[in-house]
Amino acid sequence: MRELRIADGPAAGVLRVLIPVVLALVVGGMLLLALGKNPLDYYAFVVERGILRRGGLQETLTRMAPILLIAAGLIVAFRAGIWNLGGDGQFLLAAVTAAALAPALSGVLPRGATLVLCMAAGALVGAIWSLAPAMLKARYGVNEIVTTLMMSFLGVSLSNVLIKLVLFDPATTVPQTRSLPVDERLPRLWGSTVHSGLLIAVAILVLIHLMMTRTAFGLKLQVLGANRAAAIHAGERVERLTLLAFVLSAGLIGLAGAVEVLGVWGTVRADWNPAYGLLVVPLVFLARLNGCAVIGFTFFFSALMVGGESAAHRVGIPQYYVLVLVSLLLIFLALVEYLDQSRRKRLAA
Amino acid sequence: MNALLTEPFLVSLLYGAVTAGVPLLLAGLGEQMSEKAGVLNVGIEGMMLFGAYAGFVAAWYTGSFWLGFLAGGLGGAAVAFIVLLLCIRRGLNQIVIGIAVTMGCQGLTALLHFVQFSRTYPRLAAAPVLALPYLSRIPILGKGLFSHSPIVYLSVFLGVVLTWVYRATYFGLSLEAAGNKPSALDAAGVDVIRTRSFAVLSTGFLAGLGGAYMAIVGAGLFVPFMTGGAGFIGIVLAMLARGRPIWVLVGAVLFGVSLAMTTALQVAGLNVPTDVVQMLPFAVVMAVLVIFARHSMLPSALGLPYVRGER
Repeated sequence: MRELRIADGPAAGVLRVLIPVVLALVVGGMLLLALGKNPLDYYAFVVERGILRRGGLQETLTRMAPILLIAAGLIVAFRAGIWNLGGDGQFLLAAVTAAALAPALSGVLPRGATLVLCMAAGALVGAIWSLAPAMLKARYGVNEIVTTLMMSFLGVSLSNVLIKLVLFDPATTVPQTRSLPVDERLPRLWGSTVHSGLLIAVAILVLIHLMMTRTAFGLKLQVLGANRAAAIHAGERVERLTLLAFVLSAGLIGLAGAVEVLGVWGTVRADWNPAYGLLVVPLVFLARLNGCAVIGFTFFFSALMVGGESAAHRVGIPQYYVLVLVSLLLIFLALVEYLDQSRRKRLAA
Repeated sequence: MNALLTEPFLVSLLYGAVTAGVPLLLAGLGEQMSEKAGVLNVGIEGMMLFGAYAGFVAAWYTGSFWLGFLAGGLGGAAVAFIVLLLCIRRGLNQIVIGIAVTMGCQGLTALLHFVQFSRTYPRLAAAPVLALPYLSRIPILGKGLFSHSPIVYLSVFLGVVLTWVYRATYFGLSLEAAGNKPSALDAAGVDVIRTRSFAVLSTGFLAGLGGAYMAIVGAGLFVPFMTGGAGFIGIVLAMLARGRPIWVLVGAVLFGVSLAMTTALQVAGLNVPTDVVQMLPFAVVMAVLVIFARHSMLPSALGLPYVRGER
């Protein structure tokens, strides 16, 4: 992962992102052609629906809030060399926690206090859900990919169990938690439909970026990620650092779940799972684990999702195509990175 | 409790456990081989899904189940070929490419299925069953365990063969060396890249076969995203098994039984939410890991590309 962080000059950086994006759009376009669709029409439609229309743009911005928070969580983990692939479980359990607490508290506490408490509870639950993988990794070096994946499956099932057996609202037919009234949710921004969770997400992402790049703690995490042996040799308390990185990462992903519920849905339905845990991984890598660059990619990706969803109805290309596009992007990004590296090695030799 | 000891319940439980467990077994055995050789194959979910799609389509158009299984395996291997080119030959990050491959296969298979069948999900005829002579006549066990597609017996047999390969053959040792100390294997005159490539292609074939089994035998149809995390369970099984095929088998049985439990309970007239039962195997494994936590024994070069002469 270290090689993803080398930077030299803004022009080269822009090129290394632009080339894969263009390649992915072209290859994806050829796939559309093969399916008998006009790729230019499709892309134009997606841009129009996802960015240019007011409603679409609001939808895109709303979609960004949880993704940005998850990205912040993944950046902390990945920079510390920890593969937290259990985002779905952490996200859903936190969402369920917030959805269960909010209607109960909203009658008792003022709106602001309710929202803050629910977000804190969500973050806490997310963090708790990562404790077992974190301890196993820190103490015994048990591979965190396996443990976070298992905890994720567990978390998703547990959320459904909680909704279906404990927290369900008897007034609805499909099992779901009691709904939080719209005027009790996160306040909307400037008369739009975008909720203030977006501001929270951007602020936290920037803070995390500054923490990782400008503080001693961030540097320690980076050393841990780049070379664990070196971190031990430098006298770092590696166990504690691993735990902290894990808890911070999962806490942020939990916060994302809480924000999504408090801002958009107000409730969690049984079997609801946006499966962001894996989807956000490529975005974070595209941005080379850079918190500020993630914002741009997330905007692009959200617009693609929103535009892709309406294209499914209007142009007749299911939104599955977006997955193909993201996968192509990721592969081309890695390839361009590789070619760039080997070119540099040749120059150095 | 008596309702649980009736013949329909037990047969349905055993039969369902085998049907659910075989794809996990194939995926786990495949992943294990990659991991032994030092390749962390996160794309296995995508390989299964592509195998499921290819297998279904081949069986649908040719009407031959065997061609379906073959196409499934080859489809999985074709996806593995991408991983081979990018991660083994070029040394790109295995986790990033693995996730890309999984997402790409999810999107592509769903898209292709939509183009061919729109929103209909045509069903295949029932797959042929090989009832083992004598064994299939045992009450309960016969119907539950010994009246299955030949793929089932083949995959259990494969577990046995792999145990022997890893323990007693030169090739098995080469695989292990490719994962633990690739430079030593290279020095011994065995091509590391070729060893790893073979392992990854086999993984793709097995995962694809598992996916094809899910589509052709398990469901009888193809639905987008139908593998539903089976590949990831395969990764979990392979890592927990610490290189021993027999433990992949044990794990596949454990997960298979719990996946089959809900349907079986419904047969017995009890309505327990699926989610409760599905949590069990993960909870058990996590508890075992926490209580008996030991240092994991993964190959030391797992996930690292091999570049001759470096370090």
